[in-house]
Amino acid sequence: MATRRNFMLTAGALAVAAALPLASFAQDVTKIGFVYVSPIGDAGWTFQHDLARTQLEAEFGDRIQTSFVENVAEGADAERVIREFAASGHKIVFATSFGYMNYVERVARQFPDVAFLHATGYKSGANFANYNARFYEGRYLNGVIAGHMTKSNVMGYVAAFPIPEVLQGINAFTMGARSVNPDVEVRVIWVNSWYDPGREREAAMTLISQGADVITQHTDSTAPVQAAEERGVYAFGYHSDMSKYGPTAHLSATTHLWGDYYVQTVKDVLAGEWKPTNLWGGYQQGMIQLAPLNDAIPAEVKAQVAELESQLTAGTFHPFTGPVVDQSGAERLPAGAVMDDETLGKMDYFVQGVASRLPSR
Amino acid sequence: MDGNLITAILFATVVAGTPLIIVALGLLVNERAGVLNLGSEGMMAMGAVVAFAVTHHTGNPWLGALAGMAAGMSASLIFGVLTLTLQANQVASGLALAIFGVGLSAFIGKPYESVALQSVPAVRIPFIADIPIIGEALYNQQAMVYLSWALFWTVLWFLYRSRAGLVLRAVGESPASAHAIGHPVVLIRYLAVLFGGAMAGLGGAFLSVFYTPMWVEGMVAGRGWIALALVVFATWRPLRVMIGAYLFGGVMITQLFIQGSGLQIDFPAQFLSSLPYWATIIVLVVISRNANTIRLNSPASLGKPYRPEA
Repeated sequence: MATRRNFMLTAGALAVAAALPLASFAQDVTKIGFVYVSPIGDAGWTFQHDLARTQLEAEFGDRIQTSFVENVAEGADAERVIREFAASGHKIVFATSFGYMNYVERVARQFPDVAFLHATGYKSGANFANYNARFYEGRYLNGVIAGHMTKSNVMGYVAAFPIPEVLQGINAFTMGARSVNPDVEVRVIWVNSWYDPGREREAAMTLISQGADVITQHTDSTAPVQAAEERGVYAFGYHSDMSKYGPTAHLSATTHLWGDYYVQTVKDVLAGEWKPTNLWGGYQQGMIQLAPLNDAIPAEVKAQVAELESQLTAGTFHPFTGPVVDQSGAERLPAGAVMDDETLGKMDYFVQGVASRLPSR
Repeated sequence: MDGNLITAILFATVVAGTPLIIVALGLLVNERAGVLNLGSEGMMAMGAVVAFAVTHHTGNPWLGALAGMAAGMSASLIFGVLTLTLQANQVASGLALAIFGVGLSAFIGKPYESVALQSVPAVRIPFIADIPIIGEALYNQQAMVYLSWALFWTVLWFLYRSRAGLVLRAVGESPASAHAIGHPVVLIRYLAVLFGGAMAGLGGAFLSVFYTPMWVEGMVAGRGWIALALVVFATWRPLRVMIGAYLFGGVMITQLFIQGSGLQIDFPAQFLSSLPYWATIIVLVVISRNANTIRLNSPASLGKPYRPEA
């Protein structure tokens, strides 16, 4: 049923998009289109991209005009929306979800003058760039804080799907926690959904009643943070600062900021200097940031986090620095070595310290 | 497994099963009158958003629950007018209501997405809540849970012990006969549809006000469809609906506990997640496998429009 409604929304948006060329006469205005996979809401993946869109508007004012279509399903609808943006004179199109990749690729070939940017994918082309963020950097820092704050030494992780990006997060969190507290174990519950508040809450509650006193999540709703607040344990948000859903529980959150990257991209396009890139940005590019730290975190822990942050920003520290040992005890990366991006992108194991078994595939 | 863990699992099972019981019992009465309303997902979403909004503005979750019921009822009234008065196709109208309700709730709920509610405290029943293991799990719950049990007994009594229930079932079996002996078939069907809508709204209210306390688009997450399926697989019998709902909740919670326990098991997580669905279906199909009782219990005129001859 959701798809039908999405279709209606999309159809409505297309009607508007089709009418736009008549309305906008001024030639200096560069039109920029955004395709969002979910409603903007008040926190979450799409909310962060929309923050970046408003940053663009603030930066460039009248020189650009942004428009967006939210809740676009990762299917044929996406291609229609992307093509309509390109056909109606948009010069830059940001497609902000993994599942748009093949549609972006197809449309990009038909509109060589339009710059296409696709988030979290791996394909690119002559006018088709992709970008992603190193979420695991923030996760590692969350883990460091968690390792200091836990009393039970059990932590709970509410996770969506066992794909490399999620595994990087779980492993980075675990390694961060164990870097300061080697007795920690992390338990993972897969809810097999990016977004199901009821089930995410149940998973968090389950972990808490099994002794976890720090909860974190790789799902999109605020339900795990709220559950932690209710049961008086700590939690980390994801995507956005979720502290207002759990003022006491919320220690921090891994957030992603796309604004600076978007601003740079638009600058380059306006100057006619844009070249498609494959950017996987982290602290160094300002794409990852922690939400403000809870006052319950002791000053020396805050200082340690600040130190790690500056090392991440300077590029002198990588969370996946060897030794990386998986659950079976096998060494995946020798001591002192730094994991390269290709290996990171293929991660398919849990590190030592994760108590749950990775679901077999 | 220690006692605390069993208590925790039982507790969570009861909570997870509650919205399904409320909604499914409403649908059961609805369908026993011969009307098939597939719009439960939409009615739940409407109930959830309206209940959340009213609770947020008044601070009273019970007013919220009432408003949720009213919202579910108004949605079902649309369905009633379409199918009972205008004789539209019930399946198509129900599906339309499901889509419409989910969409409208997203629209209404936009301003409430960032709002958090206080969680409603549990009501501890003195003495019996002190029973080891089950006391804490069953009798230290939110009042809505007790309400769902009261609803179960009321529906059971109504359908099998009251005259009105007999008439309702007659309308679902053979509206023409019921009409012939002087019962107002359309009115009775309207009342059944409204009851189904009210319960779907209440189930939605439970989700947004008592369960997760939050409103977000799409939060009903398919529970309306599960409730519909439960009624069919339970062959329209209240006790089996209840068993099915708790079984579904229980298996879902247990698989979460297994995952969270850190036990080294070699099951794909996807398999575990699908477990509640097929476990419930298999059990209900097995306990309801007698073809005669199925025929006896399924409303013969389900989904068929009826126009009383003048």
